[in-house]
Amino acid sequence: MNLDLSRVRAVVRKELREYRRNRLIILTMALVPLIFLIAPLITVLTVTATAPSSTVKSAVGAALLFLLVIPASVPSVIAAYSVVGERDQGTLEPLLTTPIRRTELQLGKGLATIVPSVAITYSLIAIFYITIHIAATQAVISAAWQVPLVLAELLFAPLLAGWSVFIGLAISARANDVRVAQQLGTLVSLPILALPTLITFQVIHPAVLTAFAFGAGLLLIDTAAWQFAARMFNPERLILGTPTKRATTRAPSAR
Amino acid sequence: MSTACDDGGGAAIVVDGLSKRFGDRVAVDGVSFTVAYGEVFGFLGPNGAGKTTTVRMLGTLIAATAGSAVIAGVRLGAETGVEVRRRISIMPETPGLYQRLTVRENLEFFAGLYGVRDSQPRIARALEAVGLQERAGDPCQSLSKGLRQRAALARALINDPRILFLDEPTSGLDPVAAREVHVLIDRLRDRGVTIFLTTHRLEEAERLCDRVAILNTTLRTIGRPDELKRKLFQTELLVRTVAPLADPERLLGHLPGVRRWQVQDATAYLLDATDPVGVAPIVSRAIIESGADLVSIGEARHSLEDVYLELVDEDVEAGRP
Repeated sequence: MNLDLSRVRAVVRKELREYRRNRLIILTMALVPLIFLIAPLITVLTVTATAPSSTVKSAVGAALLFLLVIPASVPSVIAAYSVVGERDQGTLEPLLTTPIRRTELQLGKGLATIVPSVAITYSLIAIFYITIHIAATQAVISAAWQVPLVLAELLFAPLLAGWSVFIGLAISARANDVRVAQQLGTLVSLPILALPTLITFQVIHPAVLTAFAFGAGLLLIDTAAWQFAARMFNPERLILGTPTKRATTRAPSAR
Repeated sequence: MSTACDDGGGAAIVVDGLSKRFGDRVAVDGVSFTVAYGEVFGFLGPNGAGKTTTVRMLGTLIAATAGSAVIAGVRLGAETGVEVRRRISIMPETPGLYQRLTVRENLEFFAGLYGVRDSQPRIARALEAVGLQERAGDPCQSLSKGLRQRAALARALINDPRILFLDEPTSGLDPVAAREVHVLIDRLRDRGVTIFLTTHRLEEAERLCDRVAILNTTLRTIGRPDELKRKLFQTELLVRTVAPLADPERLLGHLPGVRRWQVQDATAYLLDATDPVGVAPIVSRAIIESGADLVSIGEARHSLEDVYLELVDEDVEAGRP
């Protein structure tokens, strides 16, 4: 794969600069995750010392799942905006007139969304564990402090963000409207949470090997989503804004 | 190596039979032309004539349905898009700047995309070229339309392109801002940049372009503005008198060398002459001998607009799109 990392870096830097200047994105990236931290904290901190183990298990499971909603949902909104948003503000055509390749653009936009989302998620996971260590009952601490569960949280966060971002990019490359893209992006990003749910709720017994196996499954899904996003990215369609018939005698030039 | 290098016979752009269809609609049909290095080439045509589509094909943004082209020595093809885009720059009709970023940040981004090492001196030169040094730190959303257009032009210069495509660069600008863009284009010409200018502002094309092509899906004509005017209107003489001629048909209709004549306004007559220089003395003598007072006689001056309207009107009459 031909990849010029300086172009990827340029896209990442530009995206991050744009986020910083956009209050809506800052709010989305700051407030929504806070909600997904506060809700599970309330759930586990209200578990009493005398609560049955099934209650503790489900409270911890729900809390850990809540934390994984952050990488699955937050970046999808931003990713879903990224291509159709460029088109809406008229910046897509100048961007595509440069030597940037599709993969470089996709990777740059992906990283610019995945990295902050994962950083936020890891920070909140850390806050979550520190808080329960200080304020939760011993039963909750024991239920949450299991290596496979912590590993699953750390492993699944970037993989869920990857799925969410790549599928968001695919939708963004095909949508004609920013709002539709963002709604669809959020909707499509959530079903994948079914996989980690099995571990966080301990439907499947949490073990290091299981966490890695599920991680590998998510990685495969991410790879498929990356390829799907690449296939959805058609510069001609994006510029013309309408589907183009495949009646042309020549393929679009290399990207 | 997949990059199909081709010197294009030393030309900046060689286009041969380029066509583009969108479903059943033909946007561009069998267009061929050549642009030399250092030339300012005007691409004129009414709305929907296929100008922007042609630019997008040449800029590798959309694929041609048929035909071929060599851009800055690289043959257009499925594998050569990156190489072509590296050598050219396109300024689309709308500036397309990131509104929340400053002018400098926009330029830094594009310098990064073009792989410009040590970009700051290049950015400074681009800003200087368009006179935007003082506003470099301003967010683009705070700029006027004219300044945004200048910022977009600076962006288009960031890679020192061998060919610069300007798509309607003065569209929507007031006369002062449009004039500023004209001055910038003049400066770029002086620097030897090849400029491919699409416009429907004919006075702009006439003022700036070495050669122009008129497109209306097909290429209708191509040449230097004065050549085109001569080609279409070379045999016309404009005669002005103090008062209307009493019987112009009897006076002008039978003069040797005058094929047809028509009234242009009350005291002006347009003569279709085989040899305007030879016929002018005969016409002037005939008018004076008839007792009329002659104000002036000379070759009819036509603007590029006349050429354009003549060709576009022909298309309308012929039922062409």
